[in-house]
Amino acid sequence: MTMLQIDNLQAEVAGKPILKGLSLTVNAGEIHAIMGPNGAGKSTLGYTLGGRPGYAVTGGSVTFDGRDLLALAPHERAAAGLFLGFQYPVEIPGVSGAQFLREAANAQRKARGEEPLSGGAFLKLAREQAALLRMDMDMLKRPVNVGFSGGEKKRAEMVQMGILDPKFAVLDETDSGLDIDALRIVGEGINAIMRRPGKAVLLITHYQRLLDYVRPDFVHVLAGGRIVRTGGPELALQLEEQGYEAAA
Amino acid sequence: MTGPAPLPTRKAEAFRYADIGALAKLWPLPEPESVVVPAGGSFSRAIVPDAGGVTRLALSIGKGAKAAVHVLNCNGDYGRVELDVTLHESADFTLGGAQLGAGTQTLEIVSTVSHVEPGATSRQTVRSVLAGRATGTCLGRVAVARGADGTDAAQSVRALLLDPAATANARPELEIFADDVKCAHGCAVGELDAQGLFYLQSRGLPLPDARRLMLAAFIAEAFAGAGDGERLERLARERLEALL
Repeated sequence: MTMLQIDNLQAEVAGKPILKGLSLTVNAGEIHAIMGPNGAGKSTLGYTLGGRPGYAVTGGSVTFDGRDLLALAPHERAAAGLFLGFQYPVEIPGVSGAQFLREAANAQRKARGEEPLSGGAFLKLAREQAALLRMDMDMLKRPVNVGFSGGEKKRAEMVQMGILDPKFAVLDETDSGLDIDALRIVGEGINAIMRRPGKAVLLITHYQRLLDYVRPDFVHVLAGGRIVRTGGPELALQLEEQGYEAAA
Repeated sequence: MTGPAPLPTRKAEAFRYADIGALAKLWPLPEPESVVVPAGGSFSRAIVPDAGGVTRLALSIGKGAKAAVHVLNCNGDYGRVELDVTLHESADFTLGGAQLGAGTQTLEIVSTVSHVEPGATSRQTVRSVLAGRATGTCLGRVAVARGADGTDAAQSVRALLLDPAATANARPELEIFADDVKCAHGCAVGELDAQGLFYLQSRGLPLPDARRLMLAAFIAEAFAGAGDGERLERLARERLEALL
């Protein structure tokens, strides 16, 4: 079953074209890795799918679960089951992580016509997901990402993903800034939360190493705003050895 | 001099951004309420003017005494809160103020904090959120007298503008005649952080909820540590609802 269908997507940032006819199909149950040199448009793809203001779609279409994704506001995309893992998770002083996540989870549930989570049910869920990523629950209660190290921010992203339980996750360089142990914990977390029938992942990464833990079904090379090559997991290894220029 | 002082004009520094028309109806202003906090004593006050107007408080904080004043200035077309604070040796003063304005409201917090003896500490935090064509002003003067060594004074004034026609004025002022003092002041006027808003939205919060959450957190900085901080935060949140 097709979960995400990107067709000839064109997008620009501050008037500069970045995505120049990107097409990609992701089926339920699949994990896709997107690799590519700096400036290829990897993060722009993530933000465009998430609906970040300033990322203007100038052509093409994106269908998510049978709906026109680009017609939805960012919060509606989340309620539809999309999760965007940020390369640089944003610090929000004064806003408690737990409070914000409960509000966010319940806003999503409301949009889907589901009953809200009680305080107790939310805490239980949050505790389970924090434990999965070996994160102290107290950190989750602190202001969102404030004072977290780079690695803690990425783990916190995965805890958020676990709590919000999306159908589809776009993870933008979730592996950057992680030490070896944290990389394994995050990799295992992604598998536990997302490697399920009916779910799918788009992993944006620079390096092969995350793919040792989260084995992709497909690897794509993004260059110049387009997918220029697609292969299996072996393509990532080849890229690591030979670099993008030789492989693309 | 006989008779009341004449109505000030905007040429007077302390009234530069005032609503002189509104002030005229209240003129002459009553004398400030005068509170003397005895040595070693403590005092706290929450000022929430129900209908705006001018509130004036003069505080003299005795040796080693502590005083905290929290202000929620959000009601009436014109709301002005004047504080005149004198700190004696090793006294401690905290001001936490929030101003929430919409429509054509003019809101002001005007403070003068005088460190007249050594070793006193003052902390002033003012947060303003302004919508519509509202004006929010914070004039904060810190004066450190000769001999008031070891003074530690900090002032943080920040404002968020929700609409293009809203105005914030922030003027921290320092006058130091002592040595070995620590005086910090900072002020910033801006808009809600767009990155933060998108981050919250990307997790499923509709834009108005994301704004509300971030604004409430911004305002709460003024009431951190307040005895009745929760009540003030609740009142502020109610007012925020009306603003958004």
